Amino acid sequence: MRAGIVIVGHGPAAHRLVQLLRRYGYRGRIGVLGAEHRPAYQRSLLGEVLGGRLRPPALTLPAVAEGADVRDGVTVTGVDRRRALVHTDDGGSHPYDTLVLATGARPHLPDLPGLRAPDGAPADGVTALRTLDDCLRIASAPGTGPTGAGKGGTQGPGVVVLGAGVLGVETAVDLRGAGHDVTLVHPAPHPMENRLDAPAGLLLTERLERLGVRMLPGRTPLAYRSGTLLLEDGGQVPARHLVVCAGAVPETSLARGCGLAVRTGVVVDAELRTSDPRVRAIGDCAEYQGTAGGSVLTAWEQADVLARLLTGGRARFRGARSAVRLRARGIDLAVLGGPDAPGEGHCADEVVTLMDRTRGRYARLVLREGRVHGAVLLGLPRAIAAVAQLYDQDLPAPSDRLSLLLGTPPADDRGGPAEDDVVCFCGGVTRAEVRRSWRDGARDLAAVAAATRATTGCGGCARDVLALGGGARSGAVEPVDGGPRRLAGLLGEGGA
Amino acid sequence: MTGPRRVRTHCPYCALQCGTRLSREDGTVRVRPSDFPVNRGGLCRKGWTAPFVLEAPDRLRHPLLRGRDGRLLPADWDSALDAVTAGLQRVRRDHGPDGVAVFGGGGLTNEKAYLLGKLARTALGTSQIDYNGRFCMSSAAVAGNAAFGVDRGLPFPVTDLAEADTVLLAGANVAETMPPLMRHLDRADLVVIDPRRTRTAEASALHLQPLPGTDLALALGLLHIAVTEGWCDLGYVEERTSGFDEAWQRALAWWPERVERVTGVPAGEQREAVRMLARTRRAYILTGRGAEQHSKGTDTTAAFINLALALGLPGRRGSGYGCLTGQGNGQGGREHGQKADQLPGYRRLDDPAAREHVARVWGVDPNSLPGPGRSAYELLDALGEPDGPRALLVFGSNPVVSAPHAGRVGDRLAGLDLLVVADFFRSETAELADVVLPVAQWAEEEGTLTSLEGRVLRRRRLQDPPAGVLGDLEVIQALAVRLGQPASRFPAAPREVFDELRRASRGGPADYSGIDYERLDAGEALYWPCPEQPEGAGPHPGTPRLFLDRFAHPDGRARFAAVDHRDSAETACAQYPLTATTGRALAHYQSGTQTRRVPELLRAVPEVCVEVHPDTAARAGLSEGALAVVTSRRGRLTARVRIVNTMRSDTVFLPFHFPMSGRANLITNPALDPRSGMPEFKVCAVRVEPGEAGA
Repeated sequence: MRAGIVIVGHGPAAHRLVQLLRRYGYRGRIGVLGAEHRPAYQRSLLGEVLGGRLRPPALTLPAVAEGADVRDGVTVTGVDRRRALVHTDDGGSHPYDTLVLATGARPHLPDLPGLRAPDGAPADGVTALRTLDDCLRIASAPGTGPTGAGKGGTQGPGVVVLGAGVLGVETAVDLRGAGHDVTLVHPAPHPMENRLDAPAGLLLTERLERLGVRMLPGRTPLAYRSGTLLLEDGGQVPARHLVVCAGAVPETSLARGCGLAVRTGVVVDAELRTSDPRVRAIGDCAEYQGTAGGSVLTAWEQADVLARLLTGGRARFRGARSAVRLRARGIDLAVLGGPDAPGEGHCADEVVTLMDRTRGRYARLVLREGRVHGAVLLGLPRAIAAVAQLYDQDLPAPSDRLSLLLGTPPADDRGGPAEDDVVCFCGGVTRAEVRRSWRDGARDLAAVAAATRATTGCGGCARDVLALGGGARSGAVEPVDGGPRRLAGLLGEGGA
Repeated sequence: MTGPRRVRTHCPYCALQCGTRLSREDGTVRVRPSDFPVNRGGLCRKGWTAPFVLEAPDRLRHPLLRGRDGRLLPADWDSALDAVTAGLQRVRRDHGPDGVAVFGGGGLTNEKAYLLGKLARTALGTSQIDYNGRFCMSSAAVAGNAAFGVDRGLPFPVTDLAEADTVLLAGANVAETMPPLMRHLDRADLVVIDPRRTRTAEASALHLQPLPGTDLALALGLLHIAVTEGWCDLGYVEERTSGFDEAWQRALAWWPERVERVTGVPAGEQREAVRMLARTRRAYILTGRGAEQHSKGTDTTAAFINLALALGLPGRRGSGYGCLTGQGNGQGGREHGQKADQLPGYRRLDDPAAREHVARVWGVDPNSLPGPGRSAYELLDALGEPDGPRALLVFGSNPVVSAPHAGRVGDRLAGLDLLVVADFFRSETAELADVVLPVAQWAEEEGTLTSLEGRVLRRRRLQDPPAGVLGDLEVIQALAVRLGQPASRFPAAPREVFDELRRASRGGPADYSGIDYERLDAGEALYWPCPEQPEGAGPHPGTPRLFLDRFAHPDGRARFAAVDHRDSAETACAQYPLTATTGRALAHYQSGTQTRRVPELLRAVPEVCVEVHPDTAARAGLSEGALAVVTSRRGRLTARVRIVNTMRSDTVFLPFHFPMSGRANLITNPALDPRSGMPEFKVCAVRVEPGEAGA
């Protein structure tokens, strides 16, 4: 019997791969070795748990109908590539024809005094956020119960989030939404400084403050000691719990251990092959063309490519275009294109900027050959939706750039209504015909309807038809009460 | 002419079946809207002008028979029916009973739909029967049956909508397709999901404008929001439904920002849509063809039903889920046996007990009834092919215009040994026929239709059909007799057919046995199921509202469906960079056979147009009013350019009512929904180029 496919890791990437292998008709064995002590869950929804909107079991991903040999709570200790065997900490060994590394990433814990326990794990009161267990740890930590008290969180110990990258910002907002006092400490002058220019960073800071997050940008942490985060400038931030969001590092120890090529992540080609053709890697642990990790959507795309390849199909992973869509209630923010994109480096670039500080709206749109090359969009929800689709599909941007940013249709220059315009669409009645019927002695809508059919379809034009009757007749017309049966009142129930 | 001078009846067009009063004055027929509760004195211009169709100058007044020179020539009825019979017998002899196929329509009365199914399954003995409702209601029917155990478009009276606070319309442009329905929606805040800013969207409080083919992702996202925002009705889900966990596990992956990326609908507007539905107990979710006419239409409809169930809407007075049936008898037409897998009373053809019951009513051996046949497009696609039918009888349909991949359908029809079309006019399909049989119209016949709310309505005769024109029931009877059946088995009187239909439907999901013409004529509002009561009990009042106590599954629970999003069968690419979607214009109905013959309606919308965003037009070199060629992998058509500022720049729209080289269905994709057989009318990849200059 053939050994089949063994997948190391049981996160969303591995789960999707198993699903798609079965959907695309793979009939061989599939073994899944997951290190966490729980079935696969939707990691990208951890914020919903932090925010108190979902309970942990709600994140469980569906079981695969035709099954795979899934073992959770099992750590892989090594790979013997010569004999094509995977060894596990429970003493087992698993043969493979194809090995897939979907080991994900681990959170980066900065080298600051007080962050680590002697064994190297996060110290008491410190969580480097990555897993559902981490969320539960934050939720159950003493002093982190929702207080709902904080006006800016200056009083009393709350939760301190260290690092205002994407995850840090989202986490701060989620914790705040659950009622925690939240302080966000960040060494750079503004959040998400890799992706945001200064104006956007300023507006984001203001927006976070308005949501009740105490912002401490430009403050470098020195150490965490007895419930207090010490800052380089001498400041002290009480923190009954410190949530570290300082980035993630691809989990490559297994790959290194068995001699596969590793840079930041496990190096793969467009067919997700590592330096050993029998070993593939997907998700946060994989590095393609110098980029490691990415969103879960990228991981799913890789799972799809690999599932097609392993079932005899043709597919290639072409890399993901950089796109960040912040998932924080109350903040609409998207950054498209790499860190260098929103610049004016390229002479052919067209740059459109919009700054509306009072309403917290900012846009910087970089177009190259009429297509979206990069964008920073804040407080412009419709533009975020529209521009991201143009960017993903590499479609030409609408010529009316401001309409695009404001989310309105392009201006209509056809001018005011003409007399041969239809006023009652359902009946096909023109303004001139309605006017004539008023002139010919119609005293109310029923009379206009009898003469012209206007208002007899959906009834939506009743107001316009009345208006064409002019103020002179207003006494003859029932008032518009705006109540529940406003139209019935205008039109009558009986018909002609 | 004989007949009463005035009758109360209903409009011949859509499933709203607006009440009308017809009168004959000075030799012409006049229509007025009645106070029927569905239209409350309203009528759209199609209804106002319907009498023109009765008097259209090119109305067929005698059968046509294709002569040796290839032209259709007038013939008398005996010659025409003899030709049909001879052709059918020849095909049956050479190819067996399945060599003959029947194609019906959702505009046929209940009596006609019933008798047509009986003709196919007894006199012809063929399994090959389906109808154009497959292109209309099939996805909602499958999803509704799976969720609720029964499929009745609206399981509540239309008038209930008037008390709603919020109504979500998913892919339904009712302001143009059934305008008087808007009279019941003027109180509610509307949430409209449509890739176009339609007139209905204009009237909405919130318009979500997704890329065509992504509404399943949107529906999953709305369920996701209902759960994460705490808007689920957990008590209802627990007590009245099953399968929530599996459905949620699919929706889990569709968080609003991901849905935004796929659909183009801003995350905040998704949240607002669910909030509007959840903030009140008086909310409805209604789906239309926009959600249903996809290769994943069943799943999309199911996803909207999931949302309704999570919010606790169905089976409660004052809230609910419904689908807006399209064709005049789209509801009744799918209940009485012209569907490939179905027997009268909404029974399943593969259910032995159903076969036994119906065979007894018909006086035949249950084993003689054929099994399920091909769905509509599969049937059309197989015509004239080695294993496919060689002869086709068409009643009340014009598939050369209305079926997807119309070029292929035209080829298949042309490849038949015998094509017989019963119609009022020389429709585009009739033009291909070997025999054309002229039949009576709405105001010339008696019968019943079942409207979108499941209410059985009487159609009444104002006047006789023109000389030389027969009723469909008479045609079916004549064919059956010529095929050796006793005339008594195929009555031509509508009332007799209905009485037999009642018996056939008794005990089925759509039970009509307690309904008769007398009760309807007395003005009773009868909604099915309306079973006949035992002796001594009073008549059953009918069932205006289904599910108030229990759903129709054996355990009484509604079922969530575990559905996930997938792409349309075809998505935009470099060669075909735009997404085309098709639909309707207010002035026309279906393939336009009737409405294009009304001068006022033809003047209003004389030809096919393609609606495009101004930038898209500029890039393609198109200007307002010029001609454009729209090309897909299957074909091309020429259409007049209409520049519409509110279009998505990646999408173009075409109405499908027009003939010849203006058929929108020349480009549509016949990719079928695996469960319903619904084709993908709403999404295909196209390119748009300038048409001939000066043309």
